[in-house]
Amino acid sequence: MNVDRRQFLAQTTKFLLLTGVASEAWAFVESGRPQDAPDYDLTRHWWAMFIDIEKCIGCGRCVDACKVENDVPAEAHFSRTWVERYNIPAGDVTNPKAESTPRVDSTAGGRHGFPEIYPEGTSGKSFYVPKMCNHCAHSPCVQVCPVGATFESPDGVVLVDKAYCIGCRYCVQACPYGCRFIDPRTNTVDKCTLCYHRITKGLTTACCEVCPTAARQLGDLKNPQDPIHELLRTHTVQVLKPYMATGAKVYYNGLDGAVR
Amino acid sequence: MLPHGLEGFMYPNEMELQWSILIVLYPFLTGLVAGAFILASLERVFNIEAIRPTYRLALLTALAFLIVAPLPLQLHLGHPERAFEMFLTPHLTSAMAMFGFVYLWYLLAVLVIEIWLEWRPHIVEQAQTRTGILKLLYRVMTLGSNNVSPRALAIDDRVGRFITVIGIPSAFLLHGYVGFIFGSVKANPWWSTPLMPIVFLFSAIVSGIAAVLLIYVFYCLSKGIKLNMACLDTMGKFLFYAFVVDFGLEMLDLVHRNYEADESLKTLNFMAETRLFGSQVVLQIIVGTLAPLFMLGLTQLVKLTEQARKVIFTVAAMLTMVGIFAMRWNVVIGGQMFSKSFLGYTTFKMGFATREGLLPALVLLVLPLFILWALTRLFPPMDEAEKETEPAPDL
Amino acid sequence: MLGVPRDGEHLVRLVLLFAAGVLLLLVVRALFVPAGFGDYGHFRTGAIADAGKRQNVFAGRAACAECHGEVLTALAKGSHAKVGCESCHGALAAQVADADKVKPVAIEVVELCSLCHAKNQARPKNQPQVDPGPHAEGNVCTECHDAHAPAA
Repeated sequence: MNVDRRQFLAQTTKFLLLTGVASEAWAFVESGRPQDAPDYDLTRHWWAMFIDIEKCIGCGRCVDACKVENDVPAEAHFSRTWVERYNIPAGDVTNPKAESTPRVDSTAGGRHGFPEIYPEGTSGKSFYVPKMCNHCAHSPCVQVCPVGATFESPDGVVLVDKAYCIGCRYCVQACPYGCRFIDPRTNTVDKCTLCYHRITKGLTTACCEVCPTAARQLGDLKNPQDPIHELLRTHTVQVLKPYMATGAKVYYNGLDGAVR
Repeated sequence: MLPHGLEGFMYPNEMELQWSILIVLYPFLTGLVAGAFILASLERVFNIEAIRPTYRLALLTALAFLIVAPLPLQLHLGHPERAFEMFLTPHLTSAMAMFGFVYLWYLLAVLVIEIWLEWRPHIVEQAQTRTGILKLLYRVMTLGSNNVSPRALAIDDRVGRFITVIGIPSAFLLHGYVGFIFGSVKANPWWSTPLMPIVFLFSAIVSGIAAVLLIYVFYCLSKGIKLNMACLDTMGKFLFYAFVVDFGLEMLDLVHRNYEADESLKTLNFMAETRLFGSQVVLQIIVGTLAPLFMLGLTQLVKLTEQARKVIFTVAAMLTMVGIFAMRWNVVIGGQMFSKSFLGYTTFKMGFATREGLLPALVLLVLPLFILWALTRLFPPMDEAEKETEPAPDL
Repeated sequence: MLGVPRDGEHLVRLVLLFAAGVLLLLVVRALFVPAGFGDYGHFRTGAIADAGKRQNVFAGRAACAECHGEVLTALAKGSHAKVGCESCHGALAAQVADADKVKPVAIEVVELCSLCHAKNQARPKNQPQVDPGPHAEGNVCTECHDAHAPAA
């Protein structure tokens, strides 16, 4: 090859490469910058939630607020978040070997609160357990999505791409916590987004906003000043189904061993 | 809309089943494909001459069911028009993502080529003698080559054998990955077991052999062809042995589960004893496994007349199909009937003329038979020479 | 083709057909994979922005302080200090946006207060609880209790 041809090839390659890079960059621009709010930096947050069972009074405001904020049909049985009431009967002294099963209820997800069905003198202990998407760091739902329509954002929120979801429901099957459902209006999967549209603008989630006892608290594990670090350090903390190693990021204080 | 028959506690989002009869149908159909192909490969690769009469029929059966197999999935998707995304951006950690590629590979690189090679002389002949649209169809299938010289056919035979050899693991993959889709879901104790792909595969082989047996019997009956008893006996024998392995594997799962007795056991046993009793204990185990096993075992141990064997094989094959369908049902539907909290159960409400109802499922079950009929018209499964063959020597 | 016997010609054509198919698939892929797919992981980058696009329905208590500062000062002193405004008054981002046009919905007092304060065995013991019927004697809760500054 003579020098002219070599030069030509070099120029062409450079041109193609640069055009390629430029087109890549443009495509990135076209795809929409991930940061919607002016000073929100994806890489400086790692969202989590702290739920204190000892503080939850089962009022159900969180369930209602979530549906209102996120346009989830109010009367539908499915819900992005819900509260369960556990009643664990006291053991039978005459037959301690007998297994006692917890009684659990969650009518309408707890949206209208809980009518008293365990009157004074009922044996055992009862408490409320708010549940939601655990925004797992090693999420099984993300793992099984065949097309990449559900994912964990760089700031730790598991989101659904409603424009891309094909509605196969594999993720619904794979979630150990039952937090995903199909929205019949869009025929795609829906679930708690940790009120992404709020937290990226400096607000808290709708459920935390209305919780009257601060049983629910949003946390940012990447922020050294965030109260969640102190909470995690000073409480006996558990996640749901730890043996599944999902990397769940909803931390519970006072979670009884009977809770499923 | 809460289903009636909700018992105990279920997470709010679990109350309605997500995967319906269409998702029961899909593994059933691909199982038939894999099973029929493996039966065909017994003759082609392992030289089991006795089942030669069913070789072509088995290939056509596999194709007919393979064509229908994606339809229940498409019907089930929330957005079937986006299904192509699986080709654009397959998520490599998802077993389901391999569906598109494995399906296309098996359809085009294995089954279609094998059928094409097997029937090429017929295709070339038809392209020359037919008229009208069929002539055009056959001409396209010749790919412009009329070469059916002995050398060309010898090459075809070698290539065909090679395709069959890679076809066997491909068939395993086509159906095995479905088993893995269920077996790898750690959230669901009814599904999560490494045995799942293996159990799926062996029940696929069982259902495939049974399906080809039935199709062979009914095809011969409809054409007035004498049934080749050596062929039938051999198929019955393979069905029996495959069934023994399949049953053994399912029993292993059951025994292991009951022995380890982890937290899920009480819930699962309760479900099997109540809501799943009819489909599991009655249909799958008694009617669909023990009865045909007994009948087939009888033919292996006792000398029976030709007529008796014909009836027993046919009835046993029919019961087998019911049993394997019930097995798919019990895996898919059973896995969704109990709560992941282990505290409750729900019911499966199946509509009739709805998108995921009984009617479309029945149509999809019957459709492959119509396609098979059309395929036998295009590609005759038996030429004149095979129609009254002497029985091949016994194995 | 050099060296391929005529007898295998149909197979060569088959292979070429396949190659064409694979090429077609690759071209379609290049054309239709969404822009920005895979930048941060196996997903469409635009989906993150999509998740952030929703309009707020709840304003958040900081927004209420702009006009109702005195209420929040009183609230901070009583036992309802942690209760958000919209916990009782409903979602009010619309009111913050246009205070004249949008008013909060009237509260069903007994029904609302009972959600937190009706006697219920499952509530933590330190939660103030009463049996609403006998306690209220037909009155509405706010007859005796100031919701913005309840007795500690």
